[in-house]
Amino acid sequence: MAKLTIKRLSPEEEFPDLSQHNNHMAKVLTQDMYTKLRDRATPNGFTIDGVIQTGIDNPGHPFIMTVGCVAGDEETYEVFKELLDPIIEDRHGGYKPTDKHKTDLNPDNLKGGDDLDPNYVISSRVRTGRSIRGFCLPPHCSRGERRGVEKMSVEALDSLSGDLKGKYYALKNMTDAEQQQLIDDHFLFDKPVSPLLLASGMARDWPDGRGIWHNDTKTFLVWVNEEDHLRVISMQKGGNMKEVFNRFCTGLTKIETLFKDKGTSFMWNEHLGYVLTCPSNLGTGLRAGVHVKIPNMSKHDKFEEVLKRLRLQKRGTGGVDTAAVGGTFDISNADRLGFSEVELVQMVVDGVKLLVEMEKKLEKGQSIDDLMPAQK
Amino acid sequence: MANNFARILSSKRNVGIMSLVGAGSLTAAFLLNREHVTAGAQVRRVYPASAEYPDLRKHNNCMASHLTPAIYAKLVDKATPNGYTLDQAIQTGVDNPGHPFIKTVGMVAGDEESYEVFADLLDPVIKERHNGYDPQIMTHPTDLDSSKLKSGKFDERFVLSSRVRTGRSIRGLSLPPACTRAERREVEKVVVDALAGLKGDLAGTYYSLTHMTDQEQQQLIDDHFLFDKPVSPLLTCSGMARDWPDARGIWHNNTKTFLIWINEEDHTRVISMEKGGNMKRVFDRFCTGLKEVERLIQEKGWEFMWNERLGYILTCPSNLGTGLRAGVHVNLPKLSKDPRFTKILDNLRLQKRGTGGVDTAAVGSTFDISNLDRLGQSEVQLVQTVVDGVNYLIDCEKKLEKGQDIKIPPPVRK
Repeated sequence: MAKLTIKRLSPEEEFPDLSQHNNHMAKVLTQDMYTKLRDRATPNGFTIDGVIQTGIDNPGHPFIMTVGCVAGDEETYEVFKELLDPIIEDRHGGYKPTDKHKTDLNPDNLKGGDDLDPNYVISSRVRTGRSIRGFCLPPHCSRGERRGVEKMSVEALDSLSGDLKGKYYALKNMTDAEQQQLIDDHFLFDKPVSPLLLASGMARDWPDGRGIWHNDTKTFLVWVNEEDHLRVISMQKGGNMKEVFNRFCTGLTKIETLFKDKGTSFMWNEHLGYVLTCPSNLGTGLRAGVHVKIPNMSKHDKFEEVLKRLRLQKRGTGGVDTAAVGGTFDISNADRLGFSEVELVQMVVDGVKLLVEMEKKLEKGQSIDDLMPAQK
Repeated sequence: MANNFARILSSKRNVGIMSLVGAGSLTAAFLLNREHVTAGAQVRRVYPASAEYPDLRKHNNCMASHLTPAIYAKLVDKATPNGYTLDQAIQTGVDNPGHPFIKTVGMVAGDEESYEVFADLLDPVIKERHNGYDPQIMTHPTDLDSSKLKSGKFDERFVLSSRVRTGRSIRGLSLPPACTRAERREVEKVVVDALAGLKGDLAGTYYSLTHMTDQEQQQLIDDHFLFDKPVSPLLTCSGMARDWPDARGIWHNNTKTFLIWINEEDHTRVISMEKGGNMKRVFDRFCTGLKEVERLIQEKGWEFMWNERLGYILTCPSNLGTGLRAGVHVNLPKLSKDPRFTKILDNLRLQKRGTGGVDTAAVGSTFDISNLDRLGQSEVQLVQTVVDGVNYLIDCEKKLEKGQDIKIPPPVRK
């Protein structure tokens, strides 16, 4: 850990005003902690001010608790652990600094999941993120590093074969026709507009080093250098989550092998699992979800309670921060860390099955009281 | 070394001495305190400059026009004594490719030393932006003697309001793109303390953005004084909006004719304004107010960033020199529709904007007309240019009213 003498003014004079703030960072950061952490930097020169800038610039929302900090590199989670451990504990359901995280990407361990009713489940999707060890993360990387991530990722992806064979579209070289196709496919990501992301510095040099790779059948997709080095997505229409998860695991495992052949690996450790930019995505970084039609269930007064017990979360069909359209919801796992990939997808599969059963009952005017689940 | 800086900030008497000794010793003092920072900053150079060089092929700003791979390679490993780097200085120009018709500057300074350390890039940018002013061989004249202004009273049938603005930076503290929270708070403290010493028609009150009541906020909006968190990506990408609204605020005198913005795009923006056409009085108050504020900060051992080469040092290279924009809101219904209007303005070294300020459109036929230049001409010269130019425009308007023809004036200066 490099020691830096950063600024000549006192830590008391530098301490941010967090009196209007409501995010995890603001809850945890005290003057004493700041004073201590201020003298440190990661070997890449990332400092406490870099970690917390987004949380200072975005006081938060009275009802939604944002994380309020980011990592600039893998070492951030070690060097600033006094700040990040309590945030991780609060955000991830009591996960302790001594806890170990289980990784399980064996799709054979998933029970069922191939028979979600397609009359209700419109589409199924699993996403995660991966960071390439040895490179700084998006808030702190230089242009050269970002391009290095892109180059290495594209080389690995280009060697995928079979139903994973595909093509890379760099954002800055995209033709208008390619761009329109990617928008129509709902694949294209754009320069972030959310101040939560912009304030962390991850949008610098846009669109340099950014792009989208997808396989020819459009069921496996990788975003390069958006909020994380890689976001990996497996998706298809209908309710066959098992197939989606199979492809997800196969693809990820193949990509990981390709990186190992090049002498690197993904950022991972047995305490935090996969390391990503935002502390909220640690562990599996996994969000498995469906778009499901539950107009009756979603109006039921026990809807929120059911979701909570099933450890599921609802979003609008535009993704995070959008509203549901016409009774169709995005339902996914609420957890990321402390459960394995298989466990989380199992929760989604079992939970969605139950929600569809409840929906069918409500359609017939029946009660759902005897279907109420226990807290998982 | 930490003691040196504690001395600078609390007892202030030594600042004058240190700056007289010259940039060299000031740099040495900073470096001794900051060698760990410099060492830390260099740890990360894993890639050669060629791998880091930005892709500027779609860019149209002054930085992109002058940042060759060779200059980039030369400057990329340097940092100012405060640790500010080239990549930081150019970030806004990399993130904002520009507009085919408007050429933005595309870079900022993080501190006073940026203009020295990155001179290989900044000098050609300055030369392009400031009409050929060559910082390597020329000197900039400062003249705040408003008594020299001739005939600064406009016909109020046409001129609705008059305004002069500039910026000032406090020497020894980093500029908004790079300053820490504590430095920004120090700027606020130094300036607010000084302003509290203003008397007579300059006496006024400070409104901190953090502590403003809703009522105060509404009043400031109604007075057209309130500035808000910047939304323009040109500004936000430079890092100047960090920690908003901490240590930002607005000061104005009781008569609402002299106003200071603290910690927006610059440490301070100083504005003198009034309804009507009395530019002379506006400029008088501007000069008196500025000199008073300077005297008050000097009493406490501080001073403004200034040098003979570049005049007053501000965040954006476009505001160097005088940092001065003197302008009027003027109604020119006939002239503004004349096809020669733009050429007339060009030759008079004037610029038009909408009445909402930069990047706005004119409403009806009322325009904001102000000086184009900032550097290479003194304050008196620039305000005189506006006075003479606006008088000429009004004259044209009157001629057109009477059905007479107008002439395009010869260029005022090269």
